[in-house]
Amino acid sequence: MRVNVTVNGVERQADDVWPGESLLYVLRERLGLPGAKNACEQGECGSCTVYLDDVPVCSCLVAAGQAEGREVRTVEGLADGEQLHPVQQAFVDRGAVQCGFCTPGLIVAAHDLIERTAEPTDAEIREALAGNLCRCTGYEKILDAVRQAAAKKAGVA
Amino acid sequence: MDFLNPGSVTEALELKASVPDAVPIAGGTDVMVELNFDHRRPPALLNLNRIAELHTYSTVDGRVRIGACVPYSRIVTELGSVLPGLAMASRTVGSPQIRNRGSVGGNLGAASPAGDSHPALLATDAVVEIASTRGVRMVPAKDFYVGVKRNVLEPDELITAVHVPPATGPQQFSKVGTRNAMVIAVCAFAIALHPEQQRVGTGIGSAAPTPLRAHEAEEFLAAELPWGSPDGLLDSLNRRFGELVAKAASPIDDVRGTASYRRHALAVMARRTLSWTWSEYRRTAQCA
Repeated sequence: MRVNVTVNGVERQADDVWPGESLLYVLRERLGLPGAKNACEQGECGSCTVYLDDVPVCSCLVAAGQAEGREVRTVEGLADGEQLHPVQQAFVDRGAVQCGFCTPGLIVAAHDLIERTAEPTDAEIREALAGNLCRCTGYEKILDAVRQAAAKKAGVA
Repeated sequence: MDFLNPGSVTEALELKASVPDAVPIAGGTDVMVELNFDHRRPPALLNLNRIAELHTYSTVDGRVRIGACVPYSRIVTELGSVLPGLAMASRTVGSPQIRNRGSVGGNLGAASPAGDSHPALLATDAVVEIASTRGVRMVPAKDFYVGVKRNVLEPDELITAVHVPPATGPQQFSKVGTRNAMVIAVCAFAIALHPEQQRVGTGIGSAAPTPLRAHEAEEFLAAELPWGSPDGLLDSLNRRFGELVAKAASPIDDVRGTASYRRHALAVMARRTLSWTWSEYRRTAQCA
């Protein structure tokens, strides 16, 4: 079947989509957007997190046809051209990236948090990132990065 | 595999009647896992995402009617004061991403004994609204679960909503797991005080083939709680309540825990949640 979906502001079309395949598969294998990562395929790890109509979801758990006519924003759609989004820059500045596999999902989850919460507490950061696993276990640097991005957004950094 | 994409409940029910093997998919948090792992290959998916009325809640006959696809995240943020028990249970589901997609309707459809919403639905006398082209029927949560991952739905039926009475007294939910997020409950417990009827509701999760109520424990508390002159509770009463809750369960040993641990944990959760709700009841009684 054909799926029409707006991805990062651009109307896209995917053909020959099997109805049981996931939005993640469509993004990665049919639309050439490998930012969202395929890891657990069961919603446990958060590495495939994207926005679906402005709500962060695990794209591995969205059936391709459920995205028909809707808006998806992936990690590729967060930067302004060459200018990294402050959340992305904070991950670079704070060394919050080790193997990098969990990073895109964490960036989207962190992006959502600081869009919604002006000055998140550590507890709020931990809760917001609770659905994203980093198997290098580099969580401290990740927390540092989110704190930096939140502070920058609040204008205190 | 076909992808059926109805825009209304009426259309969805007609499709379900003509393709009874179609698997309804809402948040996908259960169904997509089965598809991703090749555990299931249904002839069709029946997408419920486009049906606006399944994503709204309203008050009907004094109860909150929650559309089957209203995600947990909205129950947490929008219904916490009216339905505190269900909101607390919703708050423990998965992760933010899962709560943004998963719904009580989906939990009921999957009917896993470990589903987080079930204990709260049982404790609060929730009623499941089930529809087909033949009509609508209302099934109390206590009659809805019939076996491990089995419910009373007929092949042509869909869950359209769950009706939950607004809280008239304190409610609590407690769940045991290895971490706060992304946990399938080792066991779970919900309690609701209904002071106006001097009655207590309970719900046990993950400790029997189906979610269930602890009837004997409820009757014991209803009779023994000092409703009129709320004093502190005797340890003996707390302990007896815990024992009766544990006795109501029929847990098994599995990868998440042993049967004896589950019984023990249920008794602890029952005592704790009773003391939390009773403290809250005493505070409100003193203020009144």
